[in-house]
Parts: sequence; C-alpha cells; structure tokens
Amino acid sequence: MENTVSNKQTDASIASKLGLNEEEFEKIKSILGRVPNFTELSVFSVMWSEHCSYKNSITYLKTLPRSGSALLVEAGEENAGLVDIGDGMACAFKIESHNHPSAIEPYQGAATGVGGIHRDIFTMGARPIAALNSLRFGDLKEAHTQHLVKGVVKGIGDYGNCLGVPTIGGETYFNDCYNQNILVNAMSIGTVKVGHTVSAAADGPGNPVFIVGSATGKDGIHGATFASADLTEDSADDLPAVQVGDPFQEKLLLEASLEAIQTGAIVGMQDMGAAGISCSTSEMSAKSGTGMRIDLNKVPTRQADMEPFEILLSESQERMLIVCKKGMEAELEAVFDKWDLECEIIGEVTDTKKLEFYFNGELVVDIPSNDLVLGGGAPVYERSFKEAAYYKELQSFNIDNIEQPKDLVQTAKDLMASPNLSSKRWIYRQYDSMVRTNSMHTNDPSDGFLIRLKGTQKAIVASVDCNASYVYADPYQGAMIAVSEAARNIACTGAKPLAVTNCLNFGNPYNPEVYWQFVNAIKGMGEACRKFDTPVTGGNVSFYNQTQLKDKVEPVHPTPTIGMIGLMEDLSHQTGLSFQNAEDAIVLLGSNKNDINQSEYLKHIHQEKMSPVPYFNLEEEANLQNLILSLIGDNKIVSAHDISEGGLFFCLLESCMNKQLGFTVSANSSIRKDALLFGECQSRIVISCRKNEVDAILQAAKNMNVEAQALGSVTNGNMYFDELDFGHVSDFINIFDSTLPSYLD
Amino acid sequence: MNVGVVVFPGSNCDDDMMHVMGEVMDCNTHKIWHKESDLSAYGSLDCIVVPGGFSYGDYLRSGAIARYSPVMQEVSKFAQAGGYVFGICNGFQVLTEAQLLPGVLLRNRDQKFICQNVYLRTETTNSALTNKLQEKEVIKIPIAHADGRYFADENTIKSLNDNDQILFSYCDAEGNNTDAMNVNGSVQSIAGIMNKQRNVFGMMPHPERASEDILGNTQGKKLFESLLAHLN
Repeated sequence: MENTVSNKQTDASIASKLGLNEEEFEKIKSILGRVPNFTELSVFSVMWSEHCSYKNSITYLKTLPRSGSALLVEAGEENAGLVDIGDGMACAFKIESHNHPSAIEPYQGAATGVGGIHRDIFTMGARPIAALNSLRFGDLKEAHTQHLVKGVVKGIGDYGNCLGVPTIGGETYFNDCYNQNILVNAMSIGTVKVGHTVSAAADGPGNPVFIVGSATGKDGIHGATFASADLTEDSADDLPAVQVGDPFQEKLLLEASLEAIQTGAIVGMQDMGAAGISCSTSEMSAKSGTGMRIDLNKVPTRQADMEPFEILLSESQERMLIVCKKGMEAELEAVFDKWDLECEIIGEVTDTKKLEFYFNGELVVDIPSNDLVLGGGAPVYERSFKEAAYYKELQSFNIDNIEQPKDLVQTAKDLMASPNLSSKRWIYRQYDSMVRTNSMHTNDPSDGFLIRLKGTQKAIVASVDCNASYVYADPYQGAMIAVSEAARNIACTGAKPLAVTNCLNFGNPYNPEVYWQFVNAIKGMGEACRKFDTPVTGGNVSFYNQTQLKDKVEPVHPTPTIGMIGLMEDLSHQTGLSFQNAEDAIVLLGSNKNDINQSEYLKHIHQEKMSPVPYFNLEEEANLQNLILSLIGDNKIVSAHDISEGGLFFCLLESCMNKQLGFTVSANSSIRKDALLFGECQSRIVISCRKNEVDAILQAAKNMNVEAQALGSVTNGNMYFDELDFGHVSDFINIFDSTLPSYLD
Repeated sequence: MNVGVVVFPGSNCDDDMMHVMGEVMDCNTHKIWHKESDLSAYGSLDCIVVPGGFSYGDYLRSGAIARYSPVMQEVSKFAQAGGYVFGICNGFQVLTEAQLLPGVLLRNRDQKFICQNVYLRTETTNSALTNKLQEKEVIKIPIAHADGRYFADENTIKSLNDNDQILFSYCDAEGNNTDAMNVNGSVQSIAGIMNKQRNVFGMMPHPERASEDILGNTQGKKLFESLLAHLN
C-alpha cells in the first residue's frame, strides 16, 4: 500500500490529538502487541470515546435499576429498550442527544439527531410511531439563539414530517447557560410484535455482511479533520464537519428494513450512527463472540479516493449493517431492490473474533473486536468529585429578602411573557403531530402525550421532563423531581408509568464539580425510578456541554432528561388537563408551601437565580400518584393537571384555556401570596370533578395519606383567586401565544 | 365500492387511508404500488386515493416527480374514463402536477410547515365528497403541509367559481373567510377543489385525521360518508 494517512505509524502525540491519553495509547499497544497504524488508532479513538464506550459514566449508570418483569431486553443489550405492553406487543424506545452538531449547524444537527434515534428503533424491527424532543436554548433575546431555535425546529420538523412519524410532544427551556451549547435531545417510540425483533448480533461464521442504504461519504469524520490537517500537507477543506440528513432515504430504509425482516433472511442488523462502520462491525461481532472480514473497496462511496479511515469513521446517514443468512442473499437483495436502495455484500462473519478490514488487498485493520467495546477492552474510569462551591451559597437564600409585588395581576401577566412559560405553539405547529392517526391529545390536551395502539383498547403515554434549574440547585433532589414529574404527567393522563430512557447532558467530567453533579443526579434518578418501578432501559450520555465566557468556561446546568413511557390499559381512562364544565368543583391534591425556590417567578420577576431546590418528598409524591391513578380508575374526575413551572396560578390558567372557562378559587391559606400563586413546591395536582364527587375524593385522599382541599369551582366568567380578579383567560392567551412569535417571526 | 390507495416512495399517509377506508368505513381497500401499470380491477364506481406524504422526497417540487410514475399514467386514464380520484395533501399536489386538477400549490405564505386544526366552509354540496354536508357548513379538520398555498390565474379561478368546482375554503368558526384564517395564503382561501367533470378531487386538509371518536374529532368522516353514499 502506498504511504498514505491510513497506514501511517502513530505515537502518543497523535493519540492525544485523537482524544486518547497516554495510558490508553499504551493499552492499545499491549492489546495489539505492536504500534497501531493511523486507521487502527482512529477506530480505537472513536470506539473508546465517551459516546460509544461510556467510560466515564458506566460505573454509575450500572447503579440505576435496569431490570423488571416487563423488560424484554436488559439495559444496554440492544440499540434501545424493549418493554412488554401486552397483546403480544412490545414497545421499543430511546432518547439520544445531538447537542454539539446542532450548536454548529442547527438544521442538519437536529435533523440527523431525529434520523439517528428513529434508526435505533427500526433496526430492532419496531416501527417508529411517535417522536418527542427536549430542547434547551440560551437567551431568546440574542440573535444567535433565535437563529439556533429556527434552525433546530425546522430541522426536526423537516426530517420527522417527511419520515411520517408524528412529533407528539416535548419541552423547551431557555437559560443563559445554554447560550453557546444548546441541547437537542430526540426520543423515538416504536412498536413491534413480541418475537419479531431483530438483534444487533453477528452470529454464524460464513454468513455474508451487507451494507444497505445510502452510499458512504466524507461527512462527519471528526478525528479525520484533525488528521488531514496535521498529518499531511493536504487541506481538509472538503470535509464537512456535520452529517447531512436525507429523510426520504430514511423513509425508504425504514420500509425496506421492516420488509426485509419479514423474509427471515436477517441474522442481525445495526444502524450506523456514531463511528459508522467501525462501531456497527465491532459491536455486532463482539456481541456474538465472532469476527468480521470486510473488504472496504466494496463499500459504495459518494466520492472517489476515500481513505480506509475515512470509510470506517464516516458518519454518513441512513445506512445499516446487516448480517444475512448464507443462501438467502437473493431474498434480501430483492427487498432493497424494490425500494431502489443500495445493498452490497462487503464481507463475512468469521470465527477469528477479530475485525479484519482489507483495502486494495492489504490488511489495514486487525483488532480483536471485543477490545473495542463497552464491557470488553474499553477503559472504565471513576472520576474524582467534590461538592460544587455554589451549592453552599444557595442555602443562604432567604425568602424574606424577596419583596412581594404589589400588583399580583400585573405580575402574573409579566410572568406569562417569560419564554419558559409561554406557549410553544410557534415550535410545535411546525411538526406534523397527527400523521398515523393515533394522537389522542390533539383535541384534548393532557399532561402526557397519548398514542393509541390500533387494534387494542390500549394507549402508550409518553413524557419528557427535566427542570435543569432544580438539578443545578440540588442534583440529587432535582433528578428525583425530573423522574417524578415525568411519572406524574403520565399518571395525570390516566396511565401507569412503565419505563425510562435517559439523556444525561452534563459539562466536562474531568471537572470535579461537574462530576459531583453527575454522581448525585444518578443517585437521585435511581432512587426515584425504583420508587415508581420504572427501570432505566437505556439512553445516552453527553458530556463536555459548556459555554465559553470571557474569563472562564461555564458548564451548562446539569440536564438529565427523562423520557418516560406509560401504558393506559383502557382508553376510557384518558384524562385531559382542561376544565370541561362550568359549575364543576376544583380540588387541590397535595399541599401548598411557603416556597418560591428556583421558581420561574423568582428567576423572571426578581432576577434571582441563586436559591435551593423547591420542596420535594419522594414518599408524598408516590402517594399522590397512586391517588390520581385510583381516582381516574374509579371515574371520579373530569380533568387533572400537575402543578409545575409557574405554580398553582399557571396550572389553573392552563386548565381554563382550551374551553375558555374561568374559576373562582379560595385557597384559604396563610402563606405568602406570591408563593401561593407562583411557587413551585412539588407533588401537587389540580383536578376538576362533578360537585357531588368532592367528598368522596377528599376521603380517598385521606385514606391514601395525601393532603387535599376543595379550592372552588369552574365558571364561565373571569378568573378570581382569593377575590382578586385576574380578568378573562383570553387576555392571558394573547400574551401566551405572542411571546415566541415576537422573537422569532 | 373498492378503494385503491396509491403508494409512492415517500408516501406516509397511505396506512392512515387504508385504516379509515378499510376499518372505519368498512370498504374493500388495497394498496397500489407506484410501479403498477394495470388498474383494470378498478371500475367507474371505485375510488383511487392519492394519499399524503412526501412522494419521492418532494424533491424538485411537491408532486412533480410522482406524476411521471407508471401508476399515475394509469390513474390519469382511469380519471378520464370517469373513475373517481381523491388526492389529499401531497395527493392534491400530485393531481395538479399531473394536470388532473387546475392550479398549483405554492410554499405557505409564512414559509413554514403548518400543522393545526383549521375551519373549512363547505362551498358546494353538489359533489361526491360533500353531499352529506349542508350548504356553507363549517367543519374543523387538521392541515399538515409546507406547500399548500393554492394558486391559479384569474381565468382559472373564474372558471372554478362559474362551474361550482370549489369544495372548501379556509374560514373562522363562524364561516367567514378572513385573511387571518386563510392560514397558508391561498387564492380566495381555497382549501379544496374538483375538476369540471366532478370525479377528481383534491384538498390540502386531512379528513382521515378527523374520522374517529378516539381522536376527539369526527367531522372529517362526513366526506367519506358522502363518497360512500354517492358510489354505493
């Protein structure tokens, strides 16, 4: 082979530029018994990156509850979690981040994030039926933020809309800490018949290995950008840093993959996301204890003269690796031919337990596959941590130093204009939320997002949640609250929480304060997940999320996004958040506290960011959720809406919006008015019910150890809270709907 | 009545149409692959549906490539012979590109994809699709498109009006055509039309997404009920 970048000798300094430390480089040399060439080192560098190996997080991830009777695969075993939902059906679901690509190129970054997560689902044989997302942006007043919001939303919309998977819900927050480093977390949910799933395995030496879908190009080769610049005199001008998505190709790949599974020709299948062919070949063969011999010349490429390392690291989208049963190649090829997609044999499964990649007849990579992967040879680290300095400072916050506003009605209106509380309609209107005709919340909004399962009496309810301000204020409690809110949203909709996928967005793990946030957030998450019996089936870790300020690097708020699914056993349990009838009674489940900690009110009205986490008790939360599920099961209530950002007042207000109703409420409380109206202490739900059910509901609450009180009633008129007239709901709807457009149109 | 649902690469409302025509309306329903060049199984009391989606990725222009597919040559012949053809969303775009319906569908006025419920005023009840509706009846069903702004030259619009070919227009809850409620900026707020022979229909809104109680809206079902009443 000529002297090219790919077969160039390496040393510790090249390893370091590829993100491998000296110790890791030594380990690679001892695994191979020689110095790796550049291609091999590149493969190690991507496979041992945090994204593929979880080297800085796996020790703690293993402390999360990862098994349960409904789980059909253990966490980490396949591309996504798989949960039994009865009727011979299973649900595959997962959330993943695409933060850094989206920060650089918001449209393509977000689009390929959506494409990647759906491939994780259909590579298992499940048809994606719903998408959700969780987004974090910086200050919306900044032109740069506006540019990012527009790009991300259009990217998510264009990809999902074309693919024909409804984007059913999500959450968006704005905070200065994300000014440079936005977060784009995308979740996919799919369904599959039990027993019809496909594993990411490479069993059977002698079986042919196919690459299907798009051709491989020079996109998304991160390490390679450096390589070309540093190792050769050639420029790297033609290497785009971010992958480019093609939702039409993905739609064809989706249909062809599901159809190909039906032929019985597929032994194993894995999509190509991060680290491309390197990752799919090593993970599939390591899983089966086999090897693979691959001829890189046979990989269809978009450009001429691609080097082996470029072919191996390319993150070109809309590709799959398939291991086919020997003798059934024609069946497989016929399906991909029907869908006009590339389908090429590039090698075969071997019993050598090694990855052997050939190029122009020469062996360019020769690595034991198990040494590349998590649970095999990939390194595992526990970083040191220490309590963040700011944590003590937060504890000195005193509510008495915050002056109460004189005009609470004006304060409510000012608060509504906070982008965090305003309507996200500008965003979700650009997503097709109804295709596949399963979305039950379109005309009756609810706390969780509902997808009916055709042919059954059941629905899947999903929610994504993380108030990162709470996690910042207390990583342990904050992560428990994130899990609790997701479960509460699902319970308020009438479904039992089932399982969790998480997307752990943090700063640099080598920063001990960041690692302290991480370790404590995992602890809180695990505890809450055990309480709700919702095992964590998988997800994704994204470290190194930070913003460069003039004089320092500021990590983003710790943002462990929870994606949760629940199962509604009977469609008649569907419960919306909207008041339905004037004269219905309004009841508060849970209790108000003299607490404005980390509330949107405190941050937006008083510009005070330094306060502790709001009141939370896991035991009370569990009791509350059991109560709401039992009330819904007994058909006692008309609507249910949990109290979150904006507090009790915003919860009542949102309940009025859909039917333009009002309320007359007497809270009968001695706590501060601002805390009563806008405080965000946890574990509270506002329900409406027929008047004659109030006594029974209060009794049920008592029996289940939940404080509850009758607040008042739904009306056709204005909103009266403790005799204060807040006006008609339509006045607020105008503010609610106009905030985001005022920045973005 | 037999219903055939055309499937192009990139169609994504084909399953929804199969469900609503097959399960909800209880019709004999089949998919028709885009490479199909024989529609002889479908007669003058059958209906071919061209569903929503992104046929051929909507590359070049929405619906522009689909019109050249083998199946569309046959759909054209079927329509010319008097067969009923119903295009929804991308299907409407395909039918205009194939010149089975006049006019074009341009990028929405605000340049964005829009998915939301809209109000539609029934402009004629003299059609296979609207005979179960009342004159000027307002129904609420969703749209989901980026290229839905109906446009045609003055003569074409005059001819559509003169021949009572307009099915629906965007309006408010009371049935008034206002600029604000003309969500994508269509000429004369037009949301759906038919051909002069009254056997080819196109509309941007999605009645199949509003045809079941469980989805909280059944106002779109009236269109399918009309179709069945007309053809059975």
